[in-house]
Amino acid sequence: MDAIAYSMNELKKSGLESDDWESLKAYTNARIALGKTGVSIPIGESLRFKMAHAHAKDAVYSHLNVADLQTNLAGTGLPVHYVRSQADNRDTYLQRPDLGRLLDESSAEKLTQLNSQPADVGLIIADGLSASAVNTYAPIVVPLLVQAMGEAGFSLAPIVLVEQGRVAITDAIGGILRPKLAIMLIGERPGLSSFDSMGAYLTYAPEPGLTDERRNCLSNIREQGLPPVMAVNKLMWLIQSAFRLQLTGVALKDNDDTSSDSLAIG
Amino acid sequence: MAYQCTVSAFTYRFNDLKELLAKASPLRSGDTLAGLTAESYEERVAAQMCLADLPLATFLNEALIPYELDDVTRLIIDTHDKIAFAPISHFTVGDLRDWLLSDEADTVTLQQLAPGLTPEMVAAVSKLMRNQDLILVARKCEVVTRFRNTVGLQGHLSVRLQPNHPVDDLKGIAASMIDGLLYGSGDATIGINPATDSPAATARLLHMINEIRERFEIPTQSCVLSHVTTTLQLIEQQVPVDLVFQSIAGTEKANASFGVTLPLLQEAYEAGLSLRRGTLGENLMYFETGQGSALSSGANHNVDQQTCEVRAYAVARHYKPFLVNSVVGFIGPEYLFDGKQIIRAGLEDHFCGKLLGLPMGMDICYTNHAQADQDDMDTLLTLLGVAGISFIMGVPGADDIMLNYQSTSFHDALYLRRVLGLRPAPEFEAWLLRQGIMDNQGNRLSTTAQQQFYAALLPV
Repeated sequence: MDAIAYSMNELKKSGLESDDWESLKAYTNARIALGKTGVSIPIGESLRFKMAHAHAKDAVYSHLNVADLQTNLAGTGLPVHYVRSQADNRDTYLQRPDLGRLLDESSAEKLTQLNSQPADVGLIIADGLSASAVNTYAPIVVPLLVQAMGEAGFSLAPIVLVEQGRVAITDAIGGILRPKLAIMLIGERPGLSSFDSMGAYLTYAPEPGLTDERRNCLSNIREQGLPPVMAVNKLMWLIQSAFRLQLTGVALKDNDDTSSDSLAIG
Repeated sequence: MAYQCTVSAFTYRFNDLKELLAKASPLRSGDTLAGLTAESYEERVAAQMCLADLPLATFLNEALIPYELDDVTRLIIDTHDKIAFAPISHFTVGDLRDWLLSDEADTVTLQQLAPGLTPEMVAAVSKLMRNQDLILVARKCEVVTRFRNTVGLQGHLSVRLQPNHPVDDLKGIAASMIDGLLYGSGDATIGINPATDSPAATARLLHMINEIRERFEIPTQSCVLSHVTTTLQLIEQQVPVDLVFQSIAGTEKANASFGVTLPLLQEAYEAGLSLRRGTLGENLMYFETGQGSALSSGANHNVDQQTCEVRAYAVARHYKPFLVNSVVGFIGPEYLFDGKQIIRAGLEDHFCGKLLGLPMGMDICYTNHAQADQDDMDTLLTLLGVAGISFIMGVPGADDIMLNYQSTSFHDALYLRRVLGLRPAPEFEAWLLRQGIMDNQGNRLSTTAQQQFYAALLPV
């Protein structure tokens, strides 16, 4: 098109082409039938994708609302103690999973000085890869779980709230507080379709040096995934089974096939 | 044996070959996690200078992981082609870098040299090369493989259509497959990562793809990326297995953590061949690799992650694979922290694989906890396109809803084909034209034939 034609005629807004098979979207949540302009993804979808990624990134860099959580969890009647791992910031946490599995010195000292009596179950809450998930779902799940465990007759250790924690910091904490079973609630790695998903990991007789095949996992705890009430029911089944068998891990099969027992978080 | 290099008045000492290689490696988080990185920028360049002066033949005499301890080392040493190596046997690593960039190193010469190169030599030279060097040399390599179509011809870009679904729902997977095929993807393979490794579920998926492929006479090959033991079982049950998939790594111990041994891979390769399903050729193994896998299974023997990765390519090439791809950003930020590290690793893996004679593709990807985004993937995608990559992944909208990571989309593949003038595998392109899906400029058509195609596939 020459310069005069360009200046005189309004350009057609776009060569946006939709796909005729949009009806197939009913069968999958995958990003299909996006349409195209030229060979490229149209602006609407381009921005939707970016927003989903933004939510995931914000979740990775989110912080535990320590004060709110402490206030909220105090409602269970259990003492709540705040500790940190040896990863002192998020970028270190992301690059050094080994440090996220260890308690920093003052935190270890603090837990040791509690001199608390070994209980049946110790609850540990950690930010993991999505503090947002924990900020949202720990205040819902923990009171329900504490109540259910109390009714079932289990004694409970103080709640430990961990910043920059990985799943295996359970073993460092367990080595000091000596609960028979530790349950860690932790933020899972955010995906584009879920940035606020919480996981629960069960470890029988936690102590330093255990490996992940000694744990059981319940993942995708969130409203649109495994809702809190269902999660607590499943956790209670796992807890009862762990005490019956006196173990957790691959030998404790979750016979309910609606849940996952993947151990994706390192 | 120790190696040393003096810079100004200070002499850097490297206790052995693996320390020298690790310290000469461009920085990445996985080597820091392993405690192997150079302690300063100066030490890194000093190591590179020392490495540049190292005779290539050293790698034939000093094993990074002892011969007695590791079957990958044994495979490398026992299959090394001394005749192919002879013309460069007097080179240092630095000489090799300069020669690879010279005009004497043309496509045919590089193909003849490949069996004379060990992974350690190739890893070493890559550490001395800038990104543009890795691109320029890789572009000269041509590795062509055949099963039902031809992958790797210069000027062509193939795509693995990856229609994953969180619970392996057949209709959900079929919907993504149709979307991909209508966007011109699927010539490398239609390859599904199953949500479970159950043989029955895997068989269902294989039958489903096979039926669609036969009905529409699509010149491509299918794959369900289950463990090789599952695939072996399915081959025995006469399930239509085209490509045999397995994840592999660069040490015996790391392979053990994947549940594989070299004899098991040989058994799977022979079982695949016994089906005689390839019409144009007999390349049928599909391997995936990725930097960091050896360390993550505690099996790196203090060898840097990039060298471990290239050792995996020695495993791969033994079985004449149809496809090999590095899943470069999938492993996470503790191994490759950000876009810069992922891009560098991607270019290294592609170069090293191609130089060793492998049909290299790449899953250009990242997870949400890595410091990377789709812009970084665009950069790596474009660089690898220029470098002549054989194939990439095609995931609907680049968002894998089963594996929860981001890769490249069907649109991304069309972008790369358009900006670089690349074409699909020839047999597949002919099919796209015949079906009225695309014209010979790579433009998508909207024709009745095409409508009939997806209407016929609509789940009922």
